[in-house]
Amino acid sequence: MKMNEKKRKKAADQFGEKPVRHGWLLTLIFSLLTIVFVSPIFIVLMNSFKQKSFINLQPFSLPKGETFVKFENYARGIEQTGFFDAFLNSLVITVLSVAAIILCTSMCAWYIARVQNKGTSLLYTLCLFSMIVPFQMVMFTLSKIADMLGLTNPFGIVIVYLGFGAGLAVFMFVGFVKSIPLEIEEAAMIDGCNPLQTFFQIVLPILKPTCITVAILQAMWIWNDYLLPYLVLDITQYKTIPIAIQYLKGGYGSVDWGALMAMLVLAIIPIIVFYMACQKHIIKGVVAGAVKG
Amino acid sequence: MNNSIRKYFPIFVLPTLAAFIIGFIVPFILGIYLSFCKFTTVTDAEFVGFSNYVKIFGDKNFLHSIWFTAAFTVVSVITINLLAFTVAMLLTKGFKGTNLFRTVFFMPNLIGGIVLGYIWQIIINGVLAHYGVTLQFSSTYGFWGLIILMNWQQIGYMMIIYIAGIQNIPTELVEAAKIDGANSWQTLKNVTLPMVMPSITICTFLTLTNGFKLFDQNLALTAGGPSHQSEMLALNIFDTFYTKMGFEGVGQAKAVIFFILVALIAFVQLRATRTKEVQQ
Repeated sequence: MKMNEKKRKKAADQFGEKPVRHGWLLTLIFSLLTIVFVSPIFIVLMNSFKQKSFINLQPFSLPKGETFVKFENYARGIEQTGFFDAFLNSLVITVLSVAAIILCTSMCAWYIARVQNKGTSLLYTLCLFSMIVPFQMVMFTLSKIADMLGLTNPFGIVIVYLGFGAGLAVFMFVGFVKSIPLEIEEAAMIDGCNPLQTFFQIVLPILKPTCITVAILQAMWIWNDYLLPYLVLDITQYKTIPIAIQYLKGGYGSVDWGALMAMLVLAIIPIIVFYMACQKHIIKGVVAGAVKG
Repeated sequence: MNNSIRKYFPIFVLPTLAAFIIGFIVPFILGIYLSFCKFTTVTDAEFVGFSNYVKIFGDKNFLHSIWFTAAFTVVSVITINLLAFTVAMLLTKGFKGTNLFRTVFFMPNLIGGIVLGYIWQIIINGVLAHYGVTLQFSSTYGFWGLIILMNWQQIGYMMIIYIAGIQNIPTELVEAAKIDGANSWQTLKNVTLPMVMPSITICTFLTLTNGFKLFDQNLALTAGGPSHQSEMLALNIFDTFYTKMGFEGVGQAKAVIFFILVALIAFVQLRATRTKEVQQ
């Protein structure tokens, strides 16, 4: 056993996997860099406990004595923005939209890949085309149409996201479906599966990795999106987290930096929790998405 | 098999197609049409020919925002890609803690533009306060503020893509170069760079389009101040639509020009870097 391990180590050395020279120095440098890199978040966290008039004056000092206000900023911020409602709206919109995009576009992509005619190739081309169109191009007309169709609530906006997010999702799914050997599906069909059964029992399980990739890319986009929900939703009733934060800034009065800092912290926490929970999937998804894109 | 699937068109395609028509095709076509119209809502459009497009060229803020956006995009593409590639090279050397460092560097990418804008507004204003100025003092501060912000946000994302590219290089290639007596600079230039060209294509494409289409960060960091001097294209279009009464047509015409610019840049860039890729 030991001999084997040694041999393997030696082989690894030869192939350039040996520990780098001055590895400890690089570790030290990167540790310092990492601290610099995360410091913005700690500065915000620190300021969220500070009395609001001190935040702009001394943003880099720790809250102490008279400047320390415990959770007052949080209480005020939550009240002013209706943060928990916004959180709930963001969650509902993101989860439903991602679910709708995954289900509908994977089905659509399979159809496009398997039924090849002029119609499907036109649809595929349009999907590719939609990926390079900036949102500003359609924002005015899209918000008016959504208004006319009554899509200005957290459920209606799901249709808007499905439509605007379809391009990337269809593109990625089609790319993957084309790599699935046709024989598997033909065998299922011969065994008496109808297309629906074939898709849900055979194709969708094979598509699972792509589903995760698409889900992560779309969730990152939709959760953080500001302009589309701002224009589409009836924001007197429904705010998402980015809208709630920007709302604090709104108007011409002075900004309540205390509440703003507290809301930034509350906005970052779910992201960090989500990242911790599915870090591996996120990074894999990003790489897979980039290679396809 | 084809035929049996075809019958299922309403189930498989229709939901996506209907949403795609509502969410993209109709707004897009209507948008192009409205850029030739005078209107305040979609229903009162009145055809006016090219007059919206003519008006754009008299709009100093718009012309300034084009230059500002172009300069920002060039600087951010260069800085983000250089830094991300350097970090990726170092973090594939296999010293202690690389996984942790990768994880941390990627994290800011998940934070939304609005939140990022306010995080950096407080920090940059805090630093500038030592010199008695703020971000609203000059567009130079807004410019470099945005550069710092975008670097912080995107280095990690691009780094991940570069790392995947670097790890895909067969070790034999690097070994062969070393045996042939190449020093590390030659190895980088003649082996590593050509082999990670696909990653470079993707990363420049992403940073380029992200930079050009930037909106949230711009809005939250400076909101275009002072007096539209740090305003980028997307924000200028938004302002034209929603803060100037009667300028909706001009805003839509600007949006069409914006779309053409983005499409052109994307096309040219993909063409240019794809040709440099090598087959493995």
